[in-house]
Amino acid sequence: MAAGDRRMSEVRPAVINPDIAVERTAPSFQVEKLVSLLDGGAERTRIRRTVEHVIIADAVFSQENQYFLTQPEQYELAVKKAVHLRQKMEDLGWTDDGPEMWFAFRILGGNLAFAVHSGVFIPTITELGTDAQIAKWVPLARDYQIIGTYAQTELGHVGSSANHAVVLAQLYTQGKCHGMHAFIVQIRSLLDHSALPGVKIGDIGPKMGLEHVDNGYLMLQNIRIPKDNMLNRYSEITSDGRYIKKGSDRINYIAMVFTRVKIITEEMVTALSKACVIAIRYSVVRRQSKLKPGEMEAKILDYQTQQQKLLPQLATAFAFHFMASSLDTFCNQVKVQIKSKGDASSLPELHALSAGLKALISDACSAGVEACRRACGGHGYSKLSGLPSLYSRVVASCTYEGENTVLQLQTARFLIKCLNKIECGEPLPQSVSYLYEPITHDCSAKEKSDFLKPFLYIETYKHRAHRLIKDAGIKLQSLLQSGVEQHVAWNSTSVQLARAAVAHCHYIVVKNFVETLDGLKFEPEIQQVIKMLCDLYALTGILDNAGDFLHDGYLTGKQLDLMTACQLHLLSLVRKEAVSIADAFDYPDEQLNSAIGTYDGLAYQRLFEWAQKAPTNAKVNPAYEKYLKPRFRLAQSKL
Amino acid sequence: MHCGSCRLGVAAMNPELRKERELASFHTEALTHILDGGAEKTRRRREIEALMLNDPELQHEDLNFLSRSERYDVAVKKSALMVRKIREHAISNPEEIMWFKRTCLESKVEPLGLHFAMFIPTLENQCTSEQKEKWLHPSYTQQIIGTYAQTELGHGSFIRGLETTATYDPSTQEFVLNSPTVTSIKWWPGGLGKTSNHAIVLAQLYTQGQCKGLHAFIVPIRKMGTHEPLPGVVVGDIGPKFGYDEVDNGYLKLENVRVPRENMLMRYAKVMPDGTYMKPPSDKLTYGTMVFIRSMIVGDAARALSQACTIAIRYSAVRHQSELKPGDPEPQILDYQTQQYKLFPLLVTAYAFRFVGNFMRDTYHRITADMNDGDYSQLPELHALSAGLKAFTSWVASAGIEECRMACGGHGYSRSSGLPDIYVTFSPSCTYEGENTVMMLQTARYLFKSYTQAKSGQKLSGTVAYLNDLCGHIQPQQVASRPMVMDINDISRLVEAYQLRAANLVEAAARNYRMELGRRKNKEEAWNSTSVDLVRASGAHCHHVVVKLFAAKLSEITDTAIYDVLSTLCLMYALYGISKNSGDFLHAGILNDLQISQVHQRVKELLAVIRPNAVALVDAFDYPDAVLASVLGRYDGNVYEHMFEWAKRSPLNKTEVHQSFYKYLKPLQSKL
Repeated sequence: MAAGDRRMSEVRPAVINPDIAVERTAPSFQVEKLVSLLDGGAERTRIRRTVEHVIIADAVFSQENQYFLTQPEQYELAVKKAVHLRQKMEDLGWTDDGPEMWFAFRILGGNLAFAVHSGVFIPTITELGTDAQIAKWVPLARDYQIIGTYAQTELGHVGSSANHAVVLAQLYTQGKCHGMHAFIVQIRSLLDHSALPGVKIGDIGPKMGLEHVDNGYLMLQNIRIPKDNMLNRYSEITSDGRYIKKGSDRINYIAMVFTRVKIITEEMVTALSKACVIAIRYSVVRRQSKLKPGEMEAKILDYQTQQQKLLPQLATAFAFHFMASSLDTFCNQVKVQIKSKGDASSLPELHALSAGLKALISDACSAGVEACRRACGGHGYSKLSGLPSLYSRVVASCTYEGENTVLQLQTARFLIKCLNKIECGEPLPQSVSYLYEPITHDCSAKEKSDFLKPFLYIETYKHRAHRLIKDAGIKLQSLLQSGVEQHVAWNSTSVQLARAAVAHCHYIVVKNFVETLDGLKFEPEIQQVIKMLCDLYALTGILDNAGDFLHDGYLTGKQLDLMTACQLHLLSLVRKEAVSIADAFDYPDEQLNSAIGTYDGLAYQRLFEWAQKAPTNAKVNPAYEKYLKPRFRLAQSKL
Repeated sequence: MHCGSCRLGVAAMNPELRKERELASFHTEALTHILDGGAEKTRRRREIEALMLNDPELQHEDLNFLSRSERYDVAVKKSALMVRKIREHAISNPEEIMWFKRTCLESKVEPLGLHFAMFIPTLENQCTSEQKEKWLHPSYTQQIIGTYAQTELGHGSFIRGLETTATYDPSTQEFVLNSPTVTSIKWWPGGLGKTSNHAIVLAQLYTQGQCKGLHAFIVPIRKMGTHEPLPGVVVGDIGPKFGYDEVDNGYLKLENVRVPRENMLMRYAKVMPDGTYMKPPSDKLTYGTMVFIRSMIVGDAARALSQACTIAIRYSAVRHQSELKPGDPEPQILDYQTQQYKLFPLLVTAYAFRFVGNFMRDTYHRITADMNDGDYSQLPELHALSAGLKAFTSWVASAGIEECRMACGGHGYSRSSGLPDIYVTFSPSCTYEGENTVMMLQTARYLFKSYTQAKSGQKLSGTVAYLNDLCGHIQPQQVASRPMVMDINDISRLVEAYQLRAANLVEAAARNYRMELGRRKNKEEAWNSTSVDLVRASGAHCHHVVVKLFAAKLSEITDTAIYDVLSTLCLMYALYGISKNSGDFLHAGILNDLQISQVHQRVKELLAVIRPNAVALVDAFDYPDAVLASVLGRYDGNVYEHMFEWAKRSPLNKTEVHQSFYKYLKPLQSKL
């Protein structure tokens, strides 16, 4: 059975737009196999679908008419859903760490309250708390007897929901500051939910998106908490006030890195892939202008400019999906190394990689979702398309969990340290080992087909990263040698450093895409599809940054022309499979919640149906009565 | 008098902003005069703005705390009030009316927008004198409120594809209007959903069994007195959007709706009582409005981007973060090179677009005068230019507004920053009045045609004159091997570099088009297979026009301090564009590696040159706080206090304990 058949909305199971049906008639691959690849195995696909089925069948979780709700209504509904999910989980015996809950969160992500509670508050206690602290707090939190938030810079759902917070604060004892530490602070009464004395708390007001989250403000004035509420795994205060450090607190980073990997998958890649599915399906049912005189109007996906807008985004979604999955694996390896052997040597590399990739991926996913939205013309502005909400949600990820430029500069700092290590002859971590190699010169491609050789484009990306990192290092060094102070030198080189960090991460993503591809030897059909997407991702990235590659003559103008021709040809190939590839993300209609992106392609009918349900259409227009009627009355006699 | 200070209340100014303003190398007020087009214009603009700012009747609650229905309600109220106020204050000059409205609307939109911008102008341009007699007066007095219903659910930019029909019935001398399919339902017109009682409907005219193409009809849609839809009219709001909460964009389905023959706009084409159709004399006549609106969008792009820059730059001077030097106080984020690199290129772009916007407005008026004298010769160029520049500036400004927003970190995401609203209000202009890619391809068609003419020896003039060189003495190969001696600080040489880039990309697109034709594709297929190249060529052409117009503006500046600062901005605009598109300049051999490295370096040096003037440069745009509607962008810089005050008014804070606690959390917690 084709993956999609089941996905069709139940409204009109028999009707399907022939313009979209024809796109699915002869895919070069089995869609279901691509579905399993994306899910990480057929068994996981099965579990995911079971969870989806449970959630879709439950009216409380319905997203119908969600776009019509006000912000307070959205918040309230999100609380209701979060509580209901807890109930559901108990009823069905899903465990907190099991795959079902993971999928449930992924499916309901944008509609649940308490994301910070489950995603940050509990993990922070687990990572930074002692065993006794974990035993005390985590069960309470899992049962929602306490609801917590994480108060570092931006506050998640302090506003109305939380009664506890992990507060990051400068620890002072015996007259000395010991830096940032985490404390569990009760902020509201457990009886009537009122703010405790000394706590000023509230919602920070309407935002661009994330209406279902009550981001809040919190002011603390002489709030006293027991000593045991400081999370004590790595440091402790004795009863007489002495500060004791217990091992390296660098493991703190692990929690942060895990959060990053989680949001890359759940917030960024999901948003981009959903946007691609919606825009691609819409682009095969929307017809506009004529490609040939006398013929009917053409599908807009047949226009080269539309392909150029959408298909590289589709390739990007795959690139990031595989990247997130490798990063997750790396993250777990490092965690095991630390926990079992106390070996934290890979931590700086992991930290640098996750920072730079978070920045690269959130930037690209935000821009990509917005490109998809605009590619849907006017209908992309309607909330009913689902695209505005996807954008306003994903774009927040460019500034939360580390502002992107700050993160790029963290990665750059790591890269510069690596350059210094080379000077000293010290070994480098695997992902940056290329800095030891000599810089390559002159791309060897002679004809169009050469650009479809993965080793060739990997080399090209590697070359750029290497050159930009080295140039930034030289610039920094020369400023320092001319007597400029360290911080001034760093600031004066920061634009260049940030660029070098991006180039490094871009190379890592391309390399990882190719490695994924190599692992698909036994699935030739699938491998062929993924290869096409990998080629498209890699070549588009080079062409978009052509100046970087032409600059030192690594690529010639002639080679660039060949590559352009090659990329345009790839667009036409991906075009043929685009709908089936998009289907493989396997989003049920209920989850996409888009009037123009449904599996059946009945975009116009749905837009019309949904619009008629808007509350603005349900009642008499009060603005008319109040302001317009007096004017219109005058005309009545004359017309 | 210093420009902003006259609007400032008694509260103290943030000391950092005060310092920034004292450091400026030029007189802010003098630059404001240049932007406005003279000291007298600045004076009058402020006088008109003050009428609104000081009028208690026009004040209202912060829109951010209102639901969509409430925002619509406030907007209708405002529209009605504005009509009265404009009359009371006897403001009649169209530009002055625009100033007044913009101030009232805080740069947002009004439900009656299309009534003024499309419905009335269409009546004025396309009615016969008898029709004017009947329709104009009630429209001027808003007894009739109309909208312009062109776009359909399934049809946008390709208007020949519209499906709504108007069939003439000679027996009753009426047109019968129908929406025959789902895709033919009118969709999007502003003010259609709830506000209007009439619509100008674009429909395919059928008479005597033949289709005569698109024509415009006045269709009453709601009953006078009750405002209920008329029989056969299915009308409503299309639901929530990405912004535009104030406007009731609507749908309209017509089922055998009959209107009298006289309701067809018949100044040009006519249908006689017996159904005989008479053709219009020229099809270029309707271009005017389109060109006008597209030219206006260039100005809108400048305004939206300059507002976003004002907010982000002021906030960046107030906000402190991290340490540059260990132990030192946290620096202003505007002192970080990466922050400057985000914001200053946008600031110079806002200036560039402002001058281009003024140029387009003036050109439109000049050419309109020519057309009134029967001279249409300049219309094709203006049409191509307005299409391309509309796309170029709206794309750049939309992306720029978002960059400004994100440069404000998390606070940019709060609606209190004003930035989310600026973005969602402006970004639809990438799509409406001609989708941008379609616009770029229209410009490309003009470029391609001009290129072909130049090739065949005709001498081109106007904005495409540079193509003469390409096809004359400089062959493409020679372009590539030009001597690369160039002073990258010489703006006239940079203009040339942009010309060469554009010429090169036009040439490359033309070459690829010929190649595609050679592969036995028909013209349309070959055009489609070259369209990515063509869009790039159009973009390069528009980019060159902007650089050239900015450079030309410098020669009009007499104040030396302002000349110095604007020259820096112009140089920055040109160099940043090269730095960002270095591939094009390298590929065509216009600049070599060394020069590109110099350009990258020079851009960073210029950031430091602009830095001391940054706040004064945004002050010169002279937006009153009420128009910016931003806590972050306040003139006095008292950001944090006001943000806290603002948040306390959020609807979720109305009660100490939200109702969801009693409904969902408490039962759960007591159960356990």
